[in-house]
Amino acid sequence: MKPDDPTRPLGQLKVLDFCWVVAGPMTTSYLAEYGATVVRVESRRRPDVLRTSPPSRVKGKSLNGSGYYANYNANKYALGLNLSTPKAIDIVKRMVAWADVVSENFTPGTMERMGLGYEELRKVKPDIIMFSTSMLGRGGPRSKLPGFGAVLSSLSGMTGITGWPDRDPTNPYGAYTDFIIPRFAVATILSALDYRRRTGIGQHIDLSQLETSLHFIAPLLLDRANNGREGARTGNQHDAAAPHGAFPCQGEDRWVTITCMSDSHWIALRQVLGDPQWMLDERFHTLLGRKHNEDELEAKLADMTRAWDSEELVEALQAAQVPAGLVHTNKGMIEDPQLAYRGHIVYYEKAEIGRHPVQRSEFRLSRAPAARNWPTPFIGEHTRLVCRDILGMTDADIEPLLAEGVLEEPTAEPAASS
Amino acid sequence: MAESKTDAGMLSPYRVLDLTDERGLLCGKILADLGADVIQVEPPEGNSARRIAPFLRDDPKPDHSFFWWAYAANKRSITLDVARSDGKQLLQRLAASAHFLIESGRPGEMEALGLGYEELAAINPALIVVSITPFGQTGPYATYLASDLVGMGMGGFMYVTGDPDRAPLRVGFPHFYLHGSAAAATGAMLAHAQRVHTGAGQHVDVSCQEAVARALANSLAGYPIEGSIIVRQGSYRQTGAGTFMRITWPCKDGFVNFQFSGGASSGVSVNNFVRWMAAEGMADEYLQSLDFTSLGYGTVSREMLDRIVPPVSRFLLERTKQELFAGAIERRILLFPVSTLGDILEDPQLQARQFFQTLDCPQFDAERTVLGPFARASAAPIKGGGVPPSLGQHNIEIYEHELGLARSDVVRLRGAGVI
Repeated sequence: MKPDDPTRPLGQLKVLDFCWVVAGPMTTSYLAEYGATVVRVESRRRPDVLRTSPPSRVKGKSLNGSGYYANYNANKYALGLNLSTPKAIDIVKRMVAWADVVSENFTPGTMERMGLGYEELRKVKPDIIMFSTSMLGRGGPRSKLPGFGAVLSSLSGMTGITGWPDRDPTNPYGAYTDFIIPRFAVATILSALDYRRRTGIGQHIDLSQLETSLHFIAPLLLDRANNGREGARTGNQHDAAAPHGAFPCQGEDRWVTITCMSDSHWIALRQVLGDPQWMLDERFHTLLGRKHNEDELEAKLADMTRAWDSEELVEALQAAQVPAGLVHTNKGMIEDPQLAYRGHIVYYEKAEIGRHPVQRSEFRLSRAPAARNWPTPFIGEHTRLVCRDILGMTDADIEPLLAEGVLEEPTAEPAASS
Repeated sequence: MAESKTDAGMLSPYRVLDLTDERGLLCGKILADLGADVIQVEPPEGNSARRIAPFLRDDPKPDHSFFWWAYAANKRSITLDVARSDGKQLLQRLAASAHFLIESGRPGEMEALGLGYEELAAINPALIVVSITPFGQTGPYATYLASDLVGMGMGGFMYVTGDPDRAPLRVGFPHFYLHGSAAAATGAMLAHAQRVHTGAGQHVDVSCQEAVARALANSLAGYPIEGSIIVRQGSYRQTGAGTFMRITWPCKDGFVNFQFSGGASSGVSVNNFVRWMAAEGMADEYLQSLDFTSLGYGTVSREMLDRIVPPVSRFLLERTKQELFAGAIERRILLFPVSTLGDILEDPQLQARQFFQTLDCPQFDAERTVLGPFARASAAPIKGGGVPPSLGQHNIEIYEHELGLARSDVVRLRGAGVI
């Protein structure tokens, strides 16, 4: 295994990771990216659903072909362990003695049922930091409700406020809240580590993904609670700006956002479009005039933007200091020159997945240069390595456990998904 | 829980200077909730976030903005014009003993004031400077102007959200800068973890575009791996080149969210749902012939959906959000109401965890409701919402009592418009 590297932010941090799907593994992916030794516990008997999620080049079932899974699990070690066996629980406890942090995002009660609740872990390691995140938090009548982020978007109010005023609500793309959670979670875990360094005290973190997500719409909830106003769907409009929307350009499904947040933006927009007569209409001179005639304004503006190439329009508007931008497709993101300049996406090669993108964290630390380590592991890929290097086991210890199915290694034949 | 709690938060030894406007407030809020002493450095006329609606009683006073309440609570406020020579000097004095400084100016703006990272590091080499910008400090788009909408489009999120026959759509609340400023708290703490070992500070350069890009689920990898362009599908979601799942469904009194797809977890849920339909005599033969656990996530084709959707829709339209949710909980089905804000305030789980809290606010004539903490921890408290500071509320406390300025000089600086 890689040696500790105290020059990297988390070069000495040890994490035993039971997380699966997105919110948990993305949380620990930040730790792995910045130098932590993250050992992910998985079993073929209950594989992470992301392992069989698209995109993939593999036809038929494979636990190792998913590009979705690969995005959150690079730089981690994969320990194959069948947690339904008592011997596996003993191995977990030996790993806990090694770890600084244990992370999990099972339904509350799952770790306890395996004898791996916080109180049990503390007996092994009194200052352990346990990070538990679940849909709705621990305790309360619905604590054990299963689910993941795609549905949590709705429970958190995000879906209800997203959409056109004349239509049904629309779910924000993907398991949206899953991507909100990790930023709060990593800051909390690192704060708990700092607290432990100063006080010697570990702790159990309980992060309700619903509660965390509500902080992303907090002003609307404060408005509802204190003013009694229910949220409304407003499409792309802004209460204090106009025009403010996505407008069509040449080509199929090409769009440009244009947002006039001030009079100067409006005047510059008008000049870029060649001072057309309709834009000189008195009704459009003021913000209030533009807001009160916004539907007409948007329709007339769309008629003009349709004649433009999207990239040329954005360049012209940005040059004139108007906030405007491309509406990127996923292809546009892959090819975006700014993201390329920042090195946001790195590409790895790995059997089964093939060449695939992995996103880096969204910040650059001036003293912690990017370290490109290794792509996402196959399920159980580092079982022997972890048992030898961390637990000091010999082949004679390991082989019988593999034979009994306590430890798992990658297999050639396709694994059965249950 | 086991440890007796102290009042000191996890980050109580640390001081943060927060120079951000609405684009960066959340970063300092997270650190403040975790216990740091966060000083919001406002321009003498007030932070621009104080102008953002909605307002308490729709009265647009600077202390009434709920955006300000949400993202400035648990901080202290001083006023300071850092563009003035006295202001710059005061900021340098504050920076000498601070642990973090967060700013959300355009790239080059702090340098133009003589307060760039290099200048600040010369005063305090251990200082961590966090810069939150739309696209990062350098690169071809670094100087591009970005409102929330522009950012969500450039981050790839709008194209995949909304109805296929209309323009791409943003999330209904401005999230572009919230993604970036939440991530900035993580970046700040990573830099701090390194400082603990090296003693050195550093510059954390956050790109909100990259932060939104990290919220694109599997769509980003979809292009290089499968060559697929993921398009917006309204109530549906495209999960791969030819596979879809239905997400949002109308019911009797609103909408429910029900992920109708295969896979280990979803499949069990959908099978349970079909059994419920069958028990009510509403599942047809085709539905009952499918085993969604063996289908795998993202394997349902458009043709399959065309046969699945009509009977499922009929079942849902006959039932209310709460009837469906209660039935789903009983049967372990992953179905949730599309909550209104009112539904959230009455949510029994949030109530049991006492998430919403009432504060006695005589200055606002009543008890006011605020949000609880974003997470709980057993040994050290994480703060929830509170009443945010009024403009310059802590000027005397910080300038006179902590920095040692004479009261007469504090008054003089206010008169000169420096603070």
